[in-house]
Amino acid sequence: MKISTYLYNVGQGLKNVWRNKMFSLASMATMTACIFLFGIFYSLGTNFQSMVKTAEEGVAVTVFFDEGISQQRIEEIGNEISKRPEVSSYHYVSPEEAWETYKSEYFGDNEKAAESFADDNPLANSANFEIYLSDVAMQSTLVSFLEGTDGVRMVNKSEVAAKTLTDINSAITIVSMAIVVILLAVSVFLISNTVMVGISVRREEIAIMKLIGAKDAFVRAPFVVEGIFIGLIGSIIPLGLLFLIYEKVIEYATNEFSFLSNMVNFIPVEVIFKTLIPVSLALGIGIGWLGSRVTLHKHLRV
Amino acid sequence: MIRLDHVSKSYEVGKPALEDVTIHIDPGEFVFIMGDSGSGKSTLIRLLLKELEPSKGKIYINGQDLKKVTHKKIPMYRRNVGVVFQNFRLLPDRNVYENVAFAMKVVESSNKDIKKKVPTILSLVGLAAKYKSRPNQLSGGEQQRVAIARALVNEPKIILADEPTGNLDSDNTWEIMRLLDEINQRGTTVVVVTHNNEIVRAMNKRVITIKKGVVVSDVGGDDYED
Repeated sequence: MKISTYLYNVGQGLKNVWRNKMFSLASMATMTACIFLFGIFYSLGTNFQSMVKTAEEGVAVTVFFDEGISQQRIEEIGNEISKRPEVSSYHYVSPEEAWETYKSEYFGDNEKAAESFADDNPLANSANFEIYLSDVAMQSTLVSFLEGTDGVRMVNKSEVAAKTLTDINSAITIVSMAIVVILLAVSVFLISNTVMVGISVRREEIAIMKLIGAKDAFVRAPFVVEGIFIGLIGSIIPLGLLFLIYEKVIEYATNEFSFLSNMVNFIPVEVIFKTLIPVSLALGIGIGWLGSRVTLHKHLRV
Repeated sequence: MIRLDHVSKSYEVGKPALEDVTIHIDPGEFVFIMGDSGSGKSTLIRLLLKELEPSKGKIYINGQDLKKVTHKKIPMYRRNVGVVFQNFRLLPDRNVYENVAFAMKVVESSNKDIKKKVPTILSLVGLAAKYKSRPNQLSGGEQQRVAIARALVNEPKIILADEPTGNLDSDNTWEIMRLLDEINQRGTTVVVVTHNNEIVRAMNKRVITIKKGVVVSDVGGDDYED
């Protein structure tokens, strides 16, 4: 197609949008609502996943050793742990270190109470490995391995924490996916409807075009432009709105619910939009393109 | 130029709209196709435009077997056949100039060509002064002249006119027939489908008469009898 033909078709597509003002506006509004909701779910989901990730990083499995175990065996166990794929990091806690931590956590400033234990470390048999997981969902696999390892007396784990985090993570993924799929389907249907109205309004013009010798692509192009334009506007508006409200909502949430700031490190708007802008634009344009193509295929046998 | 060899077309089994039609039209000819309504004239036009496929027989246009014109090639084929309708079929939201330019846009002509050619064609059909008028501001005859300009602007080798004067009064009818004759004098093959005996007699051209889907006569203007 020549550049002048491209420009002509773009012009015709925009004219279509104008001619079907009401339908175009309705489609843009629905598209805006869909992408806005998508943006909200994406922002919530991303922040929640970051929260889950932070929480996951805090979930540790603690391995205690048999009494009288040799330092060499402890090192061997450490080696085996380091080779496990579930492990993101691990750290050896000596009996002295364990006692120091215990003292500072339970006796605090009351040093005299702690001194009564003098050189008799009550945690002499509490040397352990603190193991952090790369994915909490794999905790049980690691625990069974550890429990079957020679020299291991006890494995402390948090089944509830691991299971809750895993469940929340998959729930977020499933719910987000379901919502996105429904919204996509609704948007495709609406754009398809708008384009269909355009086709019926211009039926005579299309018939004349075909008789004069217009190629299929020439007949279709303005409708595809119309769909893409609606999709584009329907994604730019919600992106603008989301940009404006995102930081305000975070500011409000942090001020009103101060406990949140201890739990979550909110992701900055730039980071969210780095993904949200291209994804929303691609969704908008993609839905517009798909919606118009579906209708053209069904109603415009040229 | 136009050749139909034993062409039949049935929409329903046992009820042919056209039956065993054989017609040859040479380049540069002016031919009337006469027939009452329901005689199969419109089916013939639609076959020539490749809007329909014949049930039997073969159609050749400019030596090209229409059966071999694939869906993708139909646009290129139609650019060689200008078509004019009884009800003009102009775009009501565009003016005279835009209606004619539209035909050139559709075949992807450059803006430069459009600006050069549209005024020339409008002069030929006598509407240069009314290029800004909308179809509803024109008489029936003027609207049909715009339609002829639109059919002509891409320089087709054939003009098919389906009842071009069916909606016109007597004065406008003669204007349109004179215009089609002039176009024919310039070398374009013109096929006019009509049921108007008066103009057929007066124009003194070849007349092919179809009745109930069958060609019943094919005679020169002098021999025509209704």
